[in-house]
Amino acid sequence: MSEIDSKPKLTLSASFFMKAAMASFRKLDPRIQIRNPVMFVVYVGACLTTLLYFRSILTEGRAVSTSGFILATTIWLWLTVLFANFAEAVGEGQNRAQVETLRKARQDTPAKKIAEAKYGASFEVISSRNLKRNDLILVEAGDWIPGDGEAVAGLASIDESAITGESAPVIRGAGGDFDSVTGGTRVLSDWLIVRITADPGEAFLDRMIKMVEGAARQKTPNEIALTILLAAMTVIFLLVCATLLPFSVFSVRLMHHGHPVSITILVALLVCLIPTTIGALLSAIGIAGMGRMLRANVLATSGRAVEAAGDVDVLLLDKTGTITLGNRQATKFYPAGNVSEKDLADLAQLASIADQTPEGRSIVVLAKQYGIRERDLASLDARFIPFSASTRMSGVDLGVRQIRKGASDAIRKHVERQSGTFPDSVQEIVDFVARNGSTPIVVSDQSSVVGVIELKDIVKGGIKERFIQLRRMGIQTIMITGDNRLTAAAIAAEAGVDDFLAEATPEKKLELIRDIQARGKLVAMTGDGTNDAPALAQADVAVAMNSGTQVAKEAANLVDLDSNPTKLIEIVETGKQLLMTRGALTTFSIANDVAKYFAILPAAFSSIYPQLNALNIMDLSSPAHAVLSAVIFNALIIVALIPLALKGTKYRPIGAERVLRRFLWIYGVGGVILPFVGIKLIDLVLVGAHWL
Amino acid sequence: MNANSMIQLTVYIGLVLLLSWPLGLYIARIFMDEPKRWSSGGRVTRILHSVECGIYRLAGVDPQMEMDWVAYTVSLLVFNLLGAVLLYAILRLQEWLPLNPQHFQSVSPAMAFNTAVSFMTNTNWQSYSGETTLGMFAQMTGLTVQNFVSAATGLCIAIVLIRAFARESQKHLGNFWVDLTRATLYILLPISVLLAVLLMSQGVIQNFQGIKQVDLLHPVTVTMNHRPVRLTHQVLPMGPVASQEAIKQLGTNGGGYFNMNSAHPFENPTPLSDFLEMVAMLLLPAATCVAFGEMVGDRRQGWAILAAMTILFVVFATGGLIAEHGSNPELHGLPVTMQGSRLQSGGNMEGKEVRFGVTDSVLFNTTATATSTGAVNSTSDSYLPLGGLIPLWLMQLGEVVYGGIGSGFYGMMLFVLVAVFVAGLMVGRTPEYLGKKIETFDIKMVALGILVTPAIILVGTAVAVLIPHATNVLGNPGPHGFTEILYAFSSVANNNGSAMGGLTVTSTFYQVATGLAMLMGRFWFVLPVMALAGSLVMKKKIPPSLGTLPTHTPLFITLLIGTVLLVGALNFLPALSLGPLIEHFLIISTH
Repeated sequence: MSEIDSKPKLTLSASFFMKAAMASFRKLDPRIQIRNPVMFVVYVGACLTTLLYFRSILTEGRAVSTSGFILATTIWLWLTVLFANFAEAVGEGQNRAQVETLRKARQDTPAKKIAEAKYGASFEVISSRNLKRNDLILVEAGDWIPGDGEAVAGLASIDESAITGESAPVIRGAGGDFDSVTGGTRVLSDWLIVRITADPGEAFLDRMIKMVEGAARQKTPNEIALTILLAAMTVIFLLVCATLLPFSVFSVRLMHHGHPVSITILVALLVCLIPTTIGALLSAIGIAGMGRMLRANVLATSGRAVEAAGDVDVLLLDKTGTITLGNRQATKFYPAGNVSEKDLADLAQLASIADQTPEGRSIVVLAKQYGIRERDLASLDARFIPFSASTRMSGVDLGVRQIRKGASDAIRKHVERQSGTFPDSVQEIVDFVARNGSTPIVVSDQSSVVGVIELKDIVKGGIKERFIQLRRMGIQTIMITGDNRLTAAAIAAEAGVDDFLAEATPEKKLELIRDIQARGKLVAMTGDGTNDAPALAQADVAVAMNSGTQVAKEAANLVDLDSNPTKLIEIVETGKQLLMTRGALTTFSIANDVAKYFAILPAAFSSIYPQLNALNIMDLSSPAHAVLSAVIFNALIIVALIPLALKGTKYRPIGAERVLRRFLWIYGVGGVILPFVGIKLIDLVLVGAHWL
Repeated sequence: MNANSMIQLTVYIGLVLLLSWPLGLYIARIFMDEPKRWSSGGRVTRILHSVECGIYRLAGVDPQMEMDWVAYTVSLLVFNLLGAVLLYAILRLQEWLPLNPQHFQSVSPAMAFNTAVSFMTNTNWQSYSGETTLGMFAQMTGLTVQNFVSAATGLCIAIVLIRAFARESQKHLGNFWVDLTRATLYILLPISVLLAVLLMSQGVIQNFQGIKQVDLLHPVTVTMNHRPVRLTHQVLPMGPVASQEAIKQLGTNGGGYFNMNSAHPFENPTPLSDFLEMVAMLLLPAATCVAFGEMVGDRRQGWAILAAMTILFVVFATGGLIAEHGSNPELHGLPVTMQGSRLQSGGNMEGKEVRFGVTDSVLFNTTATATSTGAVNSTSDSYLPLGGLIPLWLMQLGEVVYGGIGSGFYGMMLFVLVAVFVAGLMVGRTPEYLGKKIETFDIKMVALGILVTPAIILVGTAVAVLIPHATNVLGNPGPHGFTEILYAFSSVANNNGSAMGGLTVTSTFYQVATGLAMLMGRFWFVLPVMALAGSLVMKKKIPPSLGTLPTHTPLFITLLIGTVLLVGALNFLPALSLGPLIEHFLIISTH
């Protein structure tokens, strides 16, 4: 909620509203009107009273007051229709404006397209958008891989943490089982030549843009169900009003005086009774829901997905990037034997000084706490030894002095090659750090091991509070990670998730989702890798990161342009808001009817039963005013509620019972009381203005 | 409303709730799928069980074979149709059938159609007077049989809907023949026997005498064909009344053996028999709610529904008691006292039995219209406008305040689903009830069901008031006449059968119109309910979470009550304002 609200609001100018007003007249086309059964009844009623008005001025020129009343009622009936159209037009206009900014702001990944699969061949930089299947591209250390593909030459270490959740870099190279690379991952060292295997066409985004503009919007399941309920109410009220004609004819016969209720009053009563408030705003609510997603930078492939988000029971979250920061950070130095902590920090800093990976930078930052300043590489006669996939170490050479850091087995090999020994005490530290769910990095100086750096997954600030919030919303969170169980358990406990899936493989993920769904629950997940695609396709609400692969985006039903995995929480809230707004306005709409009966019934039968004025508890000034006031209130309340329909009701995770109690007070009890006040005020204005 | 009324109401409702608890658990056990357990019960159950198995063998029914909703509905419709045809035949052929000592003629086609439909649909609208139209054979083999099976049918439908919530991910809803047999054999029959015996102890007759001549205590002289005639004896119609009376009340049927219904001393002789008959009406509808909670594995759900019904009932009964204990403004200024005292009940005694008084009359009438029984021990036509509004509106609410046996429960379920749907949206989830998602198809069926009865009432009344000879038979002028027609259609469309009196309904128009209204009111309602059950039973049950709307809390009960009242008010306030409401305003404005 807060994140959506903090997005820059659209500036709505006068011309925007003019456009919306114009559109509301264009929407008077009966082919458009018939799509909304409730408003179509109003539309037909307005047509009917228009005809009655012309008949009255042609045939009964003398009864000016009658035709004046019909005219006033007719005008307000047409306004009711127009206000509904206006609400829809404003929602659509907002979305259209949003899409424009989206189109402009879209960014691409640059891709180095090369002619032949040979390192050093000339390349041109093109946009990832223009990549086609079978294009050859070069990716070097620091580059983002622009699309899914397979390595045809080279060997590189790649940070796939954004996709697999595994913090440690993986090695990818031509030939063998490890040749596939995924878009959105980053090369850490060395290079690769990749053949693109997927067409990242324009079609996907365009399809979604069309959706949010409203043209291709389809009604969501709950919206259809609600429409049916509203249509049924409309039919009942149609019968209630239609049968009043014979009832009043009969009453005239019984009482031998008065005249039957007029058609105009029956139409007015009908329009007031049928749920026009929700009927008029229903489609605007749906459109605005898509719009709110858009403003949160989420594209939905269907409204159904947004709505389903509100029902989610279980949230699967990737550890990396969602629960923890994308990369591990150095948190502690464990010196070996007689080495002081400061000396270890000094050597660790030296070994990392030219290391630009986030882990390397974090070691330098940690060393600073020991008073060790960054040093100039040139003045030290230092030579940076970058991480390579073959040695799996990095470090620095100061003249002949070799300082290295790396995984314990790599360093063990390194020192033993120089006839050094890898002390048991260091091995103990390594095991201890691993047990804590962290990654041990061993530092060596020449042939001696000087200590261990603890690299830890850092749980994002504030994430724990979000999980508490989700739990209050009734949503269970499960952390997905490629890490081993120990590491996973440690992080899960720290982050406060309800459960975790360790050593996750695509098959395991899919199995987990199916298992949860078999228990009748709805699953939401985020993903961006190709190997997420089966799980994304299986999940009920699947959010793909825009940085993810095309396959993942095709499998998902929502795409997050910010590639921010915690966005799921906002999506769930928006889904809930959609339903809540509809429910609130339906309750309000029906609750309103009570007051309208008290206004119109005594007026409708005033000539047969003047004693029915006992029901005129609002003390409205005249029958004509009473009917008109109710119709005007009915029309104006639509305009008054447009902002609520577009913004949605506030969602607070306070439990279903409390939400319901709140809403029943506001929209139920409030909905009964408000029209009594409103109709009375309008009547006073009509009297003051000497209308009719 | 006085202390006596309050005590009676409290004792009455308290006893019903107390009895419905074990009875509901008993019903739940009968319809849970463990037929084998029955053979190991006590001697009575063993006998009943062997009778049950015998019936299946005789009818060629495989009790293990479960039906989906279509097969179940078809069986149910065919069974009811055949039952109606048989009853029609019995009525039409009466003069050739045995046990007809008064030698009544066969019933006319229109009346036979109306009566057959009426008893088959559990309405028991009576366009005939029992003691001058039907012999004992027709009463016993025709009407009483339908009294049992129409009640059992209603219970079957309720059980099907309960199973739809209790089961998941399957099509099977039970076997109609098994459910029908068990409902009759284990529930209706034993309790009816017990009740009949209790009623006989109070003086309800049970014999095969046909008629009995008795001497008048005070011989009277009347003028007949312009000549004075001295009458010294009278002819009393007799018959097997207690056996029919029991199921008439227990099965929420309401079709009396005599035209006077429960005001007749042979049907309802004492205040105690009156009390027993009232308890019998509420008993099974209330117990069905308890059975529901038990069968879906969450007793609180059943209590919530029962609580909503009970609160509505108490409110309406209290309203009726206050109205009828008040004085009739038309009688002000006349030498009449309407003050209650030790010797008289006070209030509006017109049309009420002195042995019951205002309180027992109003409570009986409220119960009979809250449940779809429609039995009467006083004349609704003579109630004050607001007193008469209570039973009328209770029927128009859709017979869900306890309602008919079974039908009250499944009618209330539709309102529950409407409340759940709107409330579910408001808490931000796809609405669900007992773990079952309420989706488009379900809402379509709910909407159809809720639409049917108001449509029949409004359209039926509108047609009737436009037909001259339908309005010429009104007993009263002014809005009271309109109320009589509205009451008739409200009664038949909701399968209640209560008659306000005052309206002569023997014309072909009313026979056919009310007959059709009863058929539509029963089966146009049952079809969507069965389809709904068919859809719900296939759904998975979603385990509740913190985001799930609890449906057993006071808040939900309030919401349910609000939904029932609001829908009832919105549908009928205009019509009521031209009937009892304006009648009330007219009376107070002229006095």
